[in-house]
Amino acid sequence: MHTIPGRRIILLLFLIFLLLPIYWLVNMSFKTNTEIVSTMTLWPHTPTLENYTRIFTDESWYSGYINSLKYVIINTILSISFALPAAYAFSRYRFLGDKHLFFWLLSNRMAPPAVFALPFFNLYSAIGLFDTPWAVALAHCLFNVPLAVWILEGFVSGVPREIDETAFLDGYSFPKFFVKILVPLIASGIGVAAFFCFMFSWVELLLARTLTSVNAKPISAVMTRTVSASGMDWGLLAAAGVLTIIPGALVIWFVRNYIARGFALGRV
Amino acid sequence: MMDKTVNQKAWFLVLPVFLIVAFSAVLPLMTVVNYSVQDTFGNNQFFWNGVGWFKELLDPSSDLGGRFYASLLRNLAFSAIILAIEVPLGILVALSMPRDGWRVAACLVILALPLLIPWNVVGTIWQIFGRPDIGLLGYTLNHMGIDYNYVSNEFDAWATVIVMDVWHWTSLVALLCYAGLKSIPDAYYQAAQIDGASRWAVFRAIQLPKLNRVLLIGVLLRFMDSFMIYTEPFVVTGGGPGNSTTFVSIELVKIALGQFDLGKAAALSLVYNIIVLIVCWIFYTVMTNAGVDHTKREGAV
Repeated sequence: MHTIPGRRIILLLFLIFLLLPIYWLVNMSFKTNTEIVSTMTLWPHTPTLENYTRIFTDESWYSGYINSLKYVIINTILSISFALPAAYAFSRYRFLGDKHLFFWLLSNRMAPPAVFALPFFNLYSAIGLFDTPWAVALAHCLFNVPLAVWILEGFVSGVPREIDETAFLDGYSFPKFFVKILVPLIASGIGVAAFFCFMFSWVELLLARTLTSVNAKPISAVMTRTVSASGMDWGLLAAAGVLTIIPGALVIWFVRNYIARGFALGRV
Repeated sequence: MMDKTVNQKAWFLVLPVFLIVAFSAVLPLMTVVNYSVQDTFGNNQFFWNGVGWFKELLDPSSDLGGRFYASLLRNLAFSAIILAIEVPLGILVALSMPRDGWRVAACLVILALPLLIPWNVVGTIWQIFGRPDIGLLGYTLNHMGIDYNYVSNEFDAWATVIVMDVWHWTSLVALLCYAGLKSIPDAYYQAAQIDGASRWAVFRAIQLPKLNRVLLIGVLLRFMDSFMIYTEPFVVTGGGPGNSTTFVSIELVKIALGQFDLGKAAALSLVYNIIVLIVCWIFYTVMTNAGVDHTKREGAV
């Protein structure tokens, strides 16, 4: 009943609008450079996997993916493990300054990364973490920890308080209750939060590029440097782009009902 | 709603989050404050410059001030345009969602897809899609007789950046609205049907009020993210042609990491951050107040 007339056409047009540019990228990634530059073809006439094989065999390309995965995974683990106890605290207790703390966390999610690029560069150079996955992982905690706190807070609030009380009556200590009872109960919530930490760290470029130079260079930086080079290897660039979409596309099905919640900081 | 108990020991649970966010937010901001009041001779020798950088930044006749105001205006215009397109379009798409079954799942997946693409790849996608020589969009437009080139024409560059943002983020508004619409009980619609309410009346009286809260969140997120947009326009237009798509973040990175003008960059960072904080605070207050009014009203009924 919550739909409107003509909805099929509107929706169809919008979905085509969303998919067309992505199709074009995929299309390009299977073309040879001669085909891309010389003719305009709607599908690859001489399909080739050469662009993909080059990425998987050239170390300067595939190491970009490995570097990105490294800091993304470190960041996800850090964010979730820091955020879990805090989410429990926000969900169950009132304490001095809780509202202010919540606003302060919100403001960090909103802070422009460009503001932090230079000071982060100085900070991580000073403590010797520059050009390591740890620098990017810690930097991304700026927005991912608050995000994880909010998402998890929503899920913890969904667990009835009686369960806590029963567990404590049964003689569970707090850490034991946390690991044995609470974590399994909100396992799906942890999965959703981990997915969003992974995604937001995966899509960010500015900080990742600023905090790395050679050894930890992420795939996004490898790609932009190819863009600035004079001879454009469009097919290769498209293939690299397609490969960065895959991690998100793989998990999207499992989190489809939580997308709005994840982006709205758990407030929906 | 559950009543929360007062327990100051909860701080121990929050402490790790507090420390890690303080480490990555407060510490860097202190260095920014430090730089913003100093000038340098080079060689790491600094001297006190007071509010000199801020004066220059806020003075439209200086080079720095001129660049700041120009990029700020550009950015505000950009945010206003994308909000004006994405919010109505998002509502429309949410209202057009299928009722149930596999179609909903398929739509949700396709809608979510652009949101999960790395921002620089979003730029790459539109670069490849829009180029007149190899891109489907650019090629088609030019063959229809429209002279389209986002690299050399200011209007085309703006149009590309805006359409790209609409492509990238309208889904977010749509998904938020869809979540809001789904929370409306069927009984409301049945009541409306009995009353013989028109389609528009249903939207105004039932759906829009329910959407208030999610729309507020959507507008906040879209405003903030478009106000700090960097990667997508940087990849597509590089801030050009000329300076026509140089938004505040692009200008800031140019000054900070391109010219390494620490004082100027720091002053700009602080003013930028304060604007963001103020807007954020306004939204937060409106959002919490809206929540309070709502519960009061429901409580009274």
